[in-house]
Amino acid sequence: MVIKYFSWVKELAETSEEQIELPDNIKNVEELIKFLIKKNKKYEKIFVRKNTIKIAVNKVYTSPSSKITNNDEIAFFPPVTGG
Amino acid sequence: MSFKPNIKIQEAEFDVNKENEKLIINNAGALVSFVGTVRGNLENSDEILSMTLEHYSGMTENEISKITLKASQKWQLEAITVIHRIGKLLPTEKIVYVGVSSRHRQNAFDACNFIIDWLKTNAPFWKSEELKDGKHWVDSRKDDDLALKKWNN
Repeated sequence: MVIKYFSWVKELAETSEEQIELPDNIKNVEELIKFLIKKNKKYEKIFVRKNTIKIAVNKVYTSPSSKITNNDEIAFFPPVTGG
Repeated sequence: MSFKPNIKIQEAEFDVNKENEKLIINNAGALVSFVGTVRGNLENSDEILSMTLEHYSGMTENEISKITLKASQKWQLEAITVIHRIGKLLPTEKIVYVGVSSRHRQNAFDACNFIIDWLKTNAPFWKSEELKDGKHWVDSRKDDDLALKKWNN
């Protein structure tokens, strides 16, 4: 699975993109977030603001309960500020 | 949608007059365009030295396509162009262009307004501003969310 980060989320994640092998027991975005936090403390700083963070699966906005598989591309980012 | 919207994400400068001209086609009797530019200072008058825009390649184009499709379903339109720049921009430089043509003016006015409102709250772009004391990410604005609410009915 590819995970992408943008804006200040990217700075807290210390990378713009990473590849992880999704464990079989992780079925949705919410479980992925818990898994990441357990793996490394740095993710806590991102997801402490989980009501602010936007989620996309395969480049489409989605919610924490969204189902995911190892073939998906997940992105975490703050509210957008273009235009 | 009977036409394909022209959507471009680019570092390069764009020419507003040329883009406007392209939208004046046979059935169009009205053209409305919006241009967003880089401000030279913050609300507290701190000087902005430059602005850098990043985006989520692929998702940006998808979101803008969805926005233009919604607009063309809501109003009868003849053509749409959306151009958004990325990378480092200086004050007074142009960031975004939204141009809409239609048979009559009201559809073009409304659709242009609608597209920029949706773009500002849905298209995955992020701005950082470089001030004298360093760089910081721009916060999203409540006003932008409120602006979107007027299209719900």
